[in-house]
Amino acid sequence: MADELLKLENIYKNFGNVKVLKDVNIKINKGEVVALIGDNGAGKSTLIKVITGVHTPNSGKVFFKQEEVQIKSVAQSRKMGIEAVYQERALCDQQELYRNIFAGREITNSFGFLDIKKQRKEAEKILRDYIGFTSKAITVDSQVMGLSGGEKQGVAFGRSLYFNSDLIVLDEPTMGLSIQETEKVLNFVKGLKNENKSAIFIDHNIIHVYGAADRFIILDRGEVVGEFNKEDISREELVQKMIQLHESGKIKVED
Amino acid sequence: MNNLINSYFVKTHKLEISITIIALVLFLIYFLGAPHVFTRFPIYRAFMQSMPFFGIIAISATFVVTLGEIDLSFPSIVGITSLIFGIIMTSTDGNFFIAFILATSLGMFAGLVNGLLVTKIGIPSIVATIGTLFFWRGLVNVISQGSGIAIVDVADGTWHHMIFVEKLFGKIPMQFIWFIALTGLMQWVYRYHKFGNHIHFVGDNKASAQMMGINVDNVKIIAFVQLGFFSALAGIFTMYEMLYFWPTQGEGLMLTTLAAVFVGGTSVFGGKGTIFGTFIGVLIIGSLESGIVALGLSGFYVKFINGLMITVAVTVYALIQRRKN
Repeated sequence: MADELLKLENIYKNFGNVKVLKDVNIKINKGEVVALIGDNGAGKSTLIKVITGVHTPNSGKVFFKQEEVQIKSVAQSRKMGIEAVYQERALCDQQELYRNIFAGREITNSFGFLDIKKQRKEAEKILRDYIGFTSKAITVDSQVMGLSGGEKQGVAFGRSLYFNSDLIVLDEPTMGLSIQETEKVLNFVKGLKNENKSAIFIDHNIIHVYGAADRFIILDRGEVVGEFNKEDISREELVQKMIQLHESGKIKVED
Repeated sequence: MNNLINSYFVKTHKLEISITIIALVLFLIYFLGAPHVFTRFPIYRAFMQSMPFFGIIAISATFVVTLGEIDLSFPSIVGITSLIFGIIMTSTDGNFFIAFILATSLGMFAGLVNGLLVTKIGIPSIVATIGTLFFWRGLVNVISQGSGIAIVDVADGTWHHMIFVEKLFGKIPMQFIWFIALTGLMQWVYRYHKFGNHIHFVGDNKASAQMMGINVDNVKIIAFVQLGFFSALAGIFTMYEMLYFWPTQGEGLMLTTLAAVFVGGTSVFGGKGTIFGTFIGVLIIGSLESGIVALGLSGFYVKFINGLMITVAVTVYALIQRRKN
């Protein structure tokens, strides 16, 4: 397939004796939004951390833009064009915004000293153009501590847009947000498709997931137990599947 | 006045300004209480002479504390590196370069051991460095068999003795010049270098830092290694000043050094700190003993007032921190 962006093949990940991911196979196409759903402990977070390079899998293959890759670090996955937006954990509270936006990929001279001026200028641009912050209370010199959940999420999104990534990984992007803020986040996810960018996101709330995603992948105890395209399943059916999974431990797949 | 209080500089430098005011008040007390001492130069020369030995380490330790870690082993790293410096100096008939390189390399190696124990083995730094504190001091005792080493014959009157500890214009001890220069350099690294930036992020929130692509383990290891290096350097300065190695060298540095960092306003919880604050902390802690005695109080008060300063300072900073959250 020409428009395949990311493919995981037979991924296994253990933490000591605990098998967190067992033979996981997933694929994400260009311009597609995929939702990962499943209970706590299903392995969702571990899976996306494999994609972003926080964890390396024990075995299995990863293909990005149809080339086999080994993602060994966050820096590497970012370079390839994968950008993670983690809920609040994406930012460090006591540090200034302009430092947070460039953490881990600072703009420096050849001796490693930061170009503070440039970082502040670019951060300013991100706040204004990508996030649309107009509040005078928030400047590039603000500490993250004073921001609301939605504002933090906005900064994390703005950062991912600025660095022009192909695949955006969203870990519970709506957790702890107000209704309006949730709406903004979901619109953001939908907007990605227009730019032919892809996204994979985790969310507990199937109602959010249903509106924003093209495809749903259900994980249970480290395995993919179901995969549905939006056109093949209604929201009610998806909810039913999840309840069923919760009660019986398996999903009936009728095809 | 209101404008001044609300200005950007004041807002972002509250800690530095408070600590500076505390130091000024303290020196004012000295000045008023013992004018016969504090209006004359010798007391300041004595300060400039003695403060750099623990000051250099305090500046360097600020990096480790900002990480939310601690290193208790540096007094023994000072000991073992001074011993090696003394042995090499006397056995090579004063070959400064070899002695300097070997002593600082050993210091960095000791720091590396601390860093690896903390990151790769996963021992909390307070425990790991208690272990290495005893280990390196034990090794000093075993190698030296309890006796000292005089380097006066090979060091006194040399160019290296001159650049390390002799008096500039016959007045200002060279170690103080070095101390100021290193403080400036380290302040720059702390605030404006990638490494300093990463120190702040790792200390603030390890998990977030990792997700932002910062190699948390490497940052910690480098922090311990540089502290090992500067401990060795402080040891070498002491050797030139005293021209003698004694097996307890470095003992007694621990409390003053860490006190200077904490009084200086670096957060015990990690993520926030100031090199300038540590510098002021060094001036405060380093002047207490002579200050108290000059004021006419008995020497018994020194520890008491020292303890009071530290306790009050960390309490105030913790409260400021809590109010922010």
